Amino acid sequence: MSWEVVIGLEVHVQINTKTKAFCGCSTEFGAEPNTQTCPVCLGMPGQLPVLNSEAVNKTVLTGLAINAQINLESKFDRKNYFYPDLPKGYQISQFAVPLVEHGYLDIPTAEGEKRIGITRIHMEEDAGKSLHEGLDGVSHIDLNRSGIPLMEIVSEPDMRSADEAVAYLKQLHQLVRFLDVSGADMEKGQFRCDANVSVRRRGEPLGTRAELKNLNSFRFIKQAIEYEANRQIELIEDGGTVVQETRLYDSVRGESRSMRSKEEAHDYRYFPEPDLPPLRLSQQQVDAIRDGMPELPGQLRQRFESEYGLSPYDADVLSQTRELAGWYEALVAAHPSDPKRCANWLANELLGRLKEAGRDIEDSPISARQLAGLLDRIEDGTISGKIAKDVLTDMMADGRDADAIIEAKGLKQVSDTGAIDAMIREVFEANPQQLEQYRAGREKLFGFFVGQVMKASKGQANPALVNQRLKALLDG
Amino acid sequence: MNIDVQKVAMLARIRLTDEEAAELGPQLEQIVGYIDQLSGIGTDNIAPTAHPHDIAMPLRADIVSNGNRREILQQPAPATEAGLYIVPKVIE
Repeated sequence: MSWEVVIGLEVHVQINTKTKAFCGCSTEFGAEPNTQTCPVCLGMPGQLPVLNSEAVNKTVLTGLAINAQINLESKFDRKNYFYPDLPKGYQISQFAVPLVEHGYLDIPTAEGEKRIGITRIHMEEDAGKSLHEGLDGVSHIDLNRSGIPLMEIVSEPDMRSADEAVAYLKQLHQLVRFLDVSGADMEKGQFRCDANVSVRRRGEPLGTRAELKNLNSFRFIKQAIEYEANRQIELIEDGGTVVQETRLYDSVRGESRSMRSKEEAHDYRYFPEPDLPPLRLSQQQVDAIRDGMPELPGQLRQRFESEYGLSPYDADVLSQTRELAGWYEALVAAHPSDPKRCANWLANELLGRLKEAGRDIEDSPISARQLAGLLDRIEDGTISGKIAKDVLTDMMADGRDADAIIEAKGLKQVSDTGAIDAMIREVFEANPQQLEQYRAGREKLFGFFVGQVMKASKGQANPALVNQRLKALLDG
Repeated sequence: MNIDVQKVAMLARIRLTDEEAAELGPQLEQIVGYIDQLSGIGTDNIAPTAHPHDIAMPLRADIVSNGNRREILQQPAPATEAGLYIVPKVIE
């Protein structure tokens, strides 16, 4: 009897507002410890929270993008637990009636598209940060993060493999970045995932689940889920039973261990937040947010294929981020004659070089207009594609325009028949044996001659013309 | 009704002796029992009350209005170092 893995995910997404959820403190990352705090987010007595409207709008936008129901009345609750990075002794969250419910995401899988249900998205506040490393007997607390708004996005247990879980997370990660509701930088903790994992024999009811915490990269998530599923299967096959518990994945050792200390604290004693009346939105407010919805990755991909004739692969690469898609469209606007050439040069050449330097398109040293200027010179035959790659390297080094580099380095392509013929004759004289063999029927040597002529011209001969003249002179 | 007083105390981070727990048990049960009378009222057709006042939540514009007041705010803290609060070690 085969085993089936059942996975549900809870993702905490930091909303990229300027200020915290319930106070006017800055959320800027990397500030000196505890310089972005106030009596509200420090949990001082008598302080009252006031909700950030932008955090509400961004949560609604995310809800609309996953085709969910927006609850026009939602409520806030207190989730009670003790931890030094939670100064109030409770977290303001939404328990009974969240802002968003019943949505879904379609994800790509090996068997085609699959729909993953999203149970709910609720708003809550982040805790501060505890630092333990290198400290003896004490921990240090930085509360700059305390009160930063979060969306907790809870999926249905609809995923059946670690790969599906990763595909879902990547889709969600891309979505929140497209919507500009979160920076979603995993290294900065802006996109954090917990996984509920259980196993069952196919067709049987759901098994007992374990909750995996601390999954901070796509790679670890896959490893952690696979490790946990195997641990449970082995346990059951050896006659044991899975207990419901929280486990911490240790990416260094590649295994998870039980966090028993968390277990008893699991009684959160939720109750309605008395400091906050219900959050009420009008349908008009929701509709206005819907009107501001940007084009989503799937829509962009389809449009790039139909409008510009791109391959599904190129369309997918260029719609990865909103910035990249915008860059591509600016490039096509400046070099409208050949959108495919634009895609090739952007996806293969520019992005490749940026990636080597560990940079994103936002950090490109040249503009879309400058790259278009280079593509114009390929199109009008001034330089070959091969020379253009060298010009691009120079452009990226000093930010100059293609024309300036072509001029300064004398790279203009040789398209003068007389000059090319002269080069071909020189190559013939230098390689009499090959010439004889070719004329005796070894036609494969044609490529050799092309190479020699291009080399003699330092790559500047017009390749199409070289081919044409070589054919004429070899056969003549 | 049987209230696990020591568990409630642990969740509230209150240390109780067994004598105190024994004394508090019946008191807590009496309080909860009193509130339990509400269960006898039929509420099937009444929406749960989220807040005693029928008002909607006022919202705040997303504008930074607080500056760095660390020095003043950390004055009540028992121990700090380089701007960080120092607490007994917490381990997971």
